[in-house]
Amino acid sequence: MGDNFNEMLEADGSVRPPYALLHKWLETQTPGDLRAKIREAEAIFRRLGITFAVYGTEEASERLIPFDIIPRIFGANEWRRLEAGIAQRVGALNAFIDDVYHRQEIIRAGRIPADLILQNEAYLPQMAGHSPARSVYSHIIGTDIVRVSADEFYVLEDNCRTPSGVSYMLEDREAMMFLFPDLFAKHRIAPIEHYPELLRQTLDSVAPPQCDGEPTCVVLSPGIYNSAFFEHAFLADEMGVQLVTGDDLFVEDGWLYMRTTRAPVRVDVVYRRIDDDFLDPLTFNPASTLGVAGIFDIYRAGRVTIVNAPGAGIADDKAVYSFMPEIVEFYTGEKPILNNVPTWRCSDDSSLAYVLEHLEELVVKEVHGSGGYGMLVGPTASKKEVAAFRGILEKRPSNYIAQPTLALSSCPTFVKSGVAPRHVDLRPFALTGDRMRITPGGFTRVAMKQGSLVVNSSQGGGTKDTWVLED
Amino acid sequence: MLLGRTAASLFWMARYMERAENMARLIEVSYRISLMPKPFRAHQDDWSSALKSAHCEATFNSKYEEASQENVIQHLVLDRENPSSIRSSMETARNNGRAVRTALSRDVWESLNATWNELSILRSNQLTSDKLPGFLDWIKQRSMLFRGAMLGTALRRDSFHFCQAGAFIERADNTARILDVKYHILLPRGSGPGSSIDRQQWASLLRSVSAHRAYRWAYRDASYQPWNVAQFLILNPAMPRSLLFCYEWISNNTLSEIEEEYGDGTLPCHETANETMEMLANADMKKIFQSGLHEFLSDFIARNNRLTSEIAMAYNFP
Repeated sequence: MGDNFNEMLEADGSVRPPYALLHKWLETQTPGDLRAKIREAEAIFRRLGITFAVYGTEEASERLIPFDIIPRIFGANEWRRLEAGIAQRVGALNAFIDDVYHRQEIIRAGRIPADLILQNEAYLPQMAGHSPARSVYSHIIGTDIVRVSADEFYVLEDNCRTPSGVSYMLEDREAMMFLFPDLFAKHRIAPIEHYPELLRQTLDSVAPPQCDGEPTCVVLSPGIYNSAFFEHAFLADEMGVQLVTGDDLFVEDGWLYMRTTRAPVRVDVVYRRIDDDFLDPLTFNPASTLGVAGIFDIYRAGRVTIVNAPGAGIADDKAVYSFMPEIVEFYTGEKPILNNVPTWRCSDDSSLAYVLEHLEELVVKEVHGSGGYGMLVGPTASKKEVAAFRGILEKRPSNYIAQPTLALSSCPTFVKSGVAPRHVDLRPFALTGDRMRITPGGFTRVAMKQGSLVVNSSQGGGTKDTWVLED
Repeated sequence: MLLGRTAASLFWMARYMERAENMARLIEVSYRISLMPKPFRAHQDDWSSALKSAHCEATFNSKYEEASQENVIQHLVLDRENPSSIRSSMETARNNGRAVRTALSRDVWESLNATWNELSILRSNQLTSDKLPGFLDWIKQRSMLFRGAMLGTALRRDSFHFCQAGAFIERADNTARILDVKYHILLPRGSGPGSSIDRQQWASLLRSVSAHRAYRWAYRDASYQPWNVAQFLILNPAMPRSLLFCYEWISNNTLSEIEEEYGDGTLPCHETANETMEMLANADMKKIFQSGLHEFLSDFIARNNRLTSEIAMAYNFP
C-alpha cells in the first residue's frame, strides 16, 4: 500500500500546499497532547449523545464513531473541480430519474437496457408519470468519492435515497473548533454550519403546488432505535421543524396532518428518513408500522412533497451505476468530470466468469446492499473467506457486482502508535431544490485499521473534519 | 403547540426522573433503619414496607421468595424487569427525552444523557452495600441537576408545563403512597407522647420525603405529634412535597398556564385539578382522621390517576 496517494505528503516527502500549516503544527504536538484532545473529544460526543446504533451486536448499543482529530484538507482549486464534478453528476441523476418515470428517452435511445430499469427492484411503477415539485426527485444526494492521485477522483456510489452522515460532518466541525481554535485562526476554512438552513430552504422550495403560504416541513424518523436517530433529531432541531414518527401523522380528506396537543396541523413537506418500502402500508409493504397510510395517494395528487421522492433509488442502484458515464453524457452533453469505477455486473455470464477467476483482486458488493455488510474485499480477505464467498456468488450472481480494488488515498490519522497514514473516502452533500447547494467539503470517513479499505462506520470506520481552504 | 407524542414523552420523562429520585430516598431510609439496633426496627418488616411504598410488591413476588435486604435492594435499584427500579426509571426518562430531544434544552438533555451513560454500565455486583449510600446520593444529585437545568434553561411554555405536570403528579403520588403504607403509626392513640420506636418511625417517614429538618422549622415541637406529621405532608402549603402544594402547583402554575396559552377552553383535566386543589385547601386534619386516613389517601391516589388519564385525553397523548 506504499504507493497510495498521500493527502499530506508528496512521494519525495515534501508537504502538499494545503497541508503546509497543519504539518508544521503537527510537529509541535506530542502524542500525549493529541491523546488528551481525543479523550476530550470523546467525552463531548458521549455527553451530547452523538452515537449511532450498530445492528446485530449483543448490547443493542449506542456507540461512538471514532473521531480523528487530524483534519482532511482540500485546497480551493481542488475543491472547485470536485464541486463541478458533483454538480454535473447530481444534475444528471435527477434528470435520469425524471426520464425513467416519464418518456424513458434513455431507453429508447438504446443507451441503457430496458430490463435493467423495468425489472429493477428499485424501480417503482407507482411513480410512473408523476412529476414532483420542480421535477426534483433526489433532493439530498451524498456521493461517495475516493481519490487515487492528485487529479483522479472516482465515485464509488451515489446515495440518492436517504444518505446519512451530515450530522457527523457538522458535529466534527464543532468539536474541532472547540478543541483547536488556534488552527481555525491560522487557516481560512470555508464554513459549513449553515447546512441546516440550506436544507430548510431546499425543503421550503419544493412545497407542493397546492400549498399556499408558508409550508410546514417535518422530519419523519423510524424512531429512537434507528441507527441514525441522532441525526434525524439533530436536523429537525437545527432546522426548527418537528421531528415526527409515523404515528404522529395521518391522512384525512386528502391532506396530511400531524397530531398535536391542539387541533391537527397540516403538513406540506416530509423529509423522510424511512425507506420507500415502509412509507405507506396501503401502497407498499402492508406490514409497515413506520409509515403513514394513504400518504402516497396524496403525494401523487400533489398535496404533499416527499423528500427524497419514492423510487429515487433507481438512480443509485449498483447495476445502474455502471452506466453512469453514459447517463451523465446523455443528460448533460458533457464528458463526466468524475470517474466511474469499472464495474462487472455478475448477472452477465462472461463478467461472472471473469469475476470468479479474479476474486482475490476484486471488491464484490451486493447490488442493493449498503453499510459495508455482505461484501468481499478480495485483497484483504482470507482464503477461507474468498472460498465461502465464491459459493454465495455462484448461487445468486445477479445479486452482485464487482469492481477492482482502488488504491485509496490516505490521510495522516492519529492511531495508537502515533500519527500514521490511513485510507479515507469522502461523502459531500448536494441539495437540489430551486437551485443546487453543495456544502464545501463533506463527511470524510477513515479506515482506522492499517491497510483496511473499509471505511463504513458500521465496520469500525472513523470520521474526520473536512476542510476546504478559501483562496 | 406540540406533537401529542412530544407532550406525552415530556410528561413521562419528568415523571420517571421524579420517580427515580423518590425511590432513592425510600431505599436510603429503609437502609438507615436496617442499621439500627433491633428494638427500633419497627412494627413490621421494613423492607417489605419499602416494597409496598414503592408499589413494587407484585413484580418482586413474581421473582423472589424472601424480602431480604439484598433481594429488595436488587429489585428496587438495578432490576431491569422492574419498571420502577431506579435503573428502569432512568432509562425510561432518558429514552423519552431522547425521542423528543428537539424539545429539550441542551443542558437538560446532557444532564439526562450523562446520568444514563454512567448508570447503564453499572453492574449489580459493583453495587456492594458499602457503596449504596454514595450511589443513592448520586441519583438524588443527578435528579436535582436535571430539575435545575430545567428551571434554569427551559422556555416557560407548554413543553415546560407538561414536564412540571408529570413531575408533580408523580411527587403527589409518592407522598400519598408513603403515608398510606405508614398511616397506622400516625393514628392517634390516646394521650401522651409516642414511644421512642414511634418517634423513630415518624422521623424516617419525614426523611423519606426529605422533610425531617423542615418539619422542625414548621412545627416547633421537639417530639413528633402524629397529626402534625400528617398535616405537614398533606395540607401544609409551604411544604413542596405536600399534597396541597403539589396540587396548587399543578392547578395554578401548570395546567392553567397551558389552558391560557392554548385558549381552547376548560377541559376535564383542568376541572379535576381544580377540584382536588379546592378539596385539599378546605380540608381539616381532624375530619380526615375521623373519616379515615387510609380512605382519604386511597381516594386521593385515585383522583391523581384520573388526572393523568384526563391530561392524556385532552392533549392527544398516543
